[in-house]
Amino acid sequence: MNLLRGLAVLILFQGIGEGISHITGIPVPGPVIGMVLLFLALQFSHTETPAWLGRTGHVLIRWLSLMFLPACTGLFFLPDISSSQWLPIAGAIVLATLLTLLLAALLMQKLMPAEGHRP
Amino acid sequence: MTTWMATILLLALTCAAFAAALWLYRVNRGRPTLQALMHPLVTGPLMVSAILVATHIDYDQYRKANQLFFFLLGTTTVALAIPLHQQFHHISRLSKPLIITLIFGASFAVASALAIAWLLGGSVETLISLAPKSVTTPIALGLSEKIGGLPALTAGVVVFTGVVGAVLGPLIFRWLGITDDRIIGFVTGICAHGVGTTRAFEISARCGAFASLGLGMTGALTAFSLPWLVIFFLD
Repeated sequence: MNLLRGLAVLILFQGIGEGISHITGIPVPGPVIGMVLLFLALQFSHTETPAWLGRTGHVLIRWLSLMFLPACTGLFFLPDISSSQWLPIAGAIVLATLLTLLLAALLMQKLMPAEGHRP
Repeated sequence: MTTWMATILLLALTCAAFAAALWLYRVNRGRPTLQALMHPLVTGPLMVSAILVATHIDYDQYRKANQLFFFLLGTTTVALAIPLHQQFHHISRLSKPLIITLIFGASFAVASALAIAWLLGGSVETLISLAPKSVTTPIALGLSEKIGGLPALTAGVVVFTGVVGAVLGPLIFRWLGITDDRIIGFVTGICAHGVGTTRAFEISARCGAFASLGLGMTGALTAFSLPWLVIFFLD
């Protein structure tokens, strides 16, 4: 029951987000707008996050990989691209992602204040 | 086979492949490098596509049957606001490192991808389709269309980037000796959007919250700056 209550609230925010995205035509997807709105609502409500909402969110996030599976499968069914473009595409993705992970992690480590309390 | 039967079977295929992928992942728990490469988002889609190819079902039909998961992906995106809110007291104190890392990471991801693709002989169309690679799929698709790329190629590029980031990220952090889950989360969110965020939540709630933040901020920054940059460079 509580799970359904949480799901209803999340879908409501998703719908509001989709509506705003659709009406204004901004290139930000509806669910991302919904996330921002829910975040603002939680920030400004000055109360604890209701347990039922927290639980629904936890359950959904735990199953995020499953929800990504159909989208990731699309990777094996890409449109026809001339074969000369495969190397630049694959090379750019793998190398650029590796380099960015590496450099951004090193930079952030430098910038982080010393942490007194590691959990 | 009637349409609804096919739909049910294709939905079941997703669940069965995921269960098998999860089992494979857990079986390899003792071998961190192998386990990173055997992430369910690598093995699951491999199994599904092998079955689709073997049974001559086209991806479009599979995608339509699995609309439910695409919808729930949106619902879960909304739900990311909850850990973000719960962890916000950590985040608000770190605004300086977060903003600098964000600006560097988001722009370096685009610049390095374009430079490498250009060096390897990529066409202008390829370059434009690659530009939104580190942004979450729905934003990237809208962007690619706006700046004259191929949305279908961009969709693949984004997912591939996410999988590469989620799989190689933990290996790189281990190699660098970084154990701070705030750094791991935020950097993974910047580089590998939703797929990386999924991986980050497996590490800890705090890691996931920082990844959601990285994902959201990168999406917003890129969505607002990329169209202008492309206009600036192509004109």
